[in-house]
Amino acid sequence: MEIIQILQYSFIQKAFIAGSFVAIACATLGIFLVLRKMSLIGDGLSHVSFGAIALGLFFGFYPFYIAVPLVALASIAILKISEKARVYGDAAIGIVSAVGIAGGVILASLSKGFNVDLFGYLFGNILAISASEAVLSVILSFVVISVVAFFYWDLFSATFDEEYAKTTGVKTNFINALLTVLTAITVVLSVKVVGIMLVSALLILPAITALQVSKNFKTALVLGGLFALFSVLLGIILSYILDLPAGATIVMLNALFFALAFVWKKIG
Amino acid sequence: MSSIVEIKNLSVRYGATIALQNISCQIEQGDFVGLVGPNGGGKTTLAKTILGLLPPHEGKIALFGQDSREFDEWQKIGYLPQKHTSINPLFPASVGEVVSLGLLSAKKRPKNITTADWQEIDALLKDMGIFDLKSKLISQVSGGQQQKVMLARALISKPEILILDEPSTALDPNSREQFFARLEKLNKEAKTTIILITHDTGYIGQYANKLLYIDRKLVFFGNISEFCPKGKDIASCFEKKDGHIIWHQHS
Repeated sequence: MEIIQILQYSFIQKAFIAGSFVAIACATLGIFLVLRKMSLIGDGLSHVSFGAIALGLFFGFYPFYIAVPLVALASIAILKISEKARVYGDAAIGIVSAVGIAGGVILASLSKGFNVDLFGYLFGNILAISASEAVLSVILSFVVISVVAFFYWDLFSATFDEEYAKTTGVKTNFINALLTVLTAITVVLSVKVVGIMLVSALLILPAITALQVSKNFKTALVLGGLFALFSVLLGIILSYILDLPAGATIVMLNALFFALAFVWKKIG
Repeated sequence: MSSIVEIKNLSVRYGATIALQNISCQIEQGDFVGLVGPNGGGKTTLAKTILGLLPPHEGKIALFGQDSREFDEWQKIGYLPQKHTSINPLFPASVGEVVSLGLLSAKKRPKNITTADWQEIDALLKDMGIFDLKSKLISQVSGGQQQKVMLARALISKPEILILDEPSTALDPNSREQFFARLEKLNKEAKTTIILITHDTGYIGQYANKLLYIDRKLVFFGNISEFCPKGKDIASCFEKKDGHIIWHQHS
């Protein structure tokens, strides 16, 4: 089957457009998260999105409308628990993540009707993305990327050396909260692309691949975005041609890019 | 002479632990202050409180006549923290990018490092003899070079006050001499006020005009000559006043 023919399908076009924006948003945030040793926040928040989507299905709302604000609130809860309850960040992620999963399982058990829909979100399917979901993904991803661009220097400074950043007037508490909320929004959008189980891969893998080969911070951000973009575009085409699940194909391509970058760095 | 750092009855606590108690002093423009004291005596705590990183428990600090809690002209204060042993080896920041972070305090959002800023960064790196490092990753230069980069980051905003926390520990003797010669030039020619935290009493005797000696409480603040008469070895003055602390003089 010719690539040109594949690209003419409207579901492929929607997947390309939405997947590209979400992938770039993921990689951009992923660079900051990996360098701050917060990689697993994506995993935790994706588990919360499981509970939030279950809540939406339970009450008959469009799941993403519930998931975006709820997961954003959960991200703030992670920050507050680690600040106020003197709990380490990874433990705070564990608490919120477990509550999200447990809530989702209870709601699934109570409803006895939407289990198929809910478990469909576990592995995602970008090829089944609707026009409205594609538009929402593009708009929110654009907002995330624009906010990161606006606060780029503050984010960079606070990630490199938080204490020094404070001495230059950077409001690091605000920057930390901003990064966490942007991550929450992006995680929810990524659920449709790769599914709840693989969201953290989309945040981590393009970022660590870029970090292998970058000689400065801006290059790392650009390369991370490019690796994520190519993995999504190529993953969608391959998954269609080979009849494989799109999310898992995208993640495996990202893992391959990382392995190649690692080898290139070692021999380069 | 105008007081640009005024500390009044300052106390700082970490939980129930008292780190500083009732510290008062006035630092004038152009002073070169040696901030000394034993390990755990509160030197870094005092520096961080001046920088707004720690809140006073009691008392207050005024910077350029303004309460430090309301102060927002942080570009006037340069800070060189203790040696950066914690630089993340994965962090892909170039030396040039790290130095540019020192310019952020003077920027309004959306912050941007302009061509003119990069020209200033280039000029400073050349002046400090580290221009060849500009494109290298910060994690891939030596400890001494990292320290020079961090000094460049502190100097790039042309601060009126420079706070240096044990800045010379990673430097070889030659670099150390150049480092202190640069500080002396800044202090004498640009009238930059310098607050130098150090255990090296020799450098204090050589360069500082004032001594701020703390051991959680204020031990001494004033002109060096009041602490140790001219011509006398300053290390011996410390030994006399505080025999249990090992003070040393640079060679």
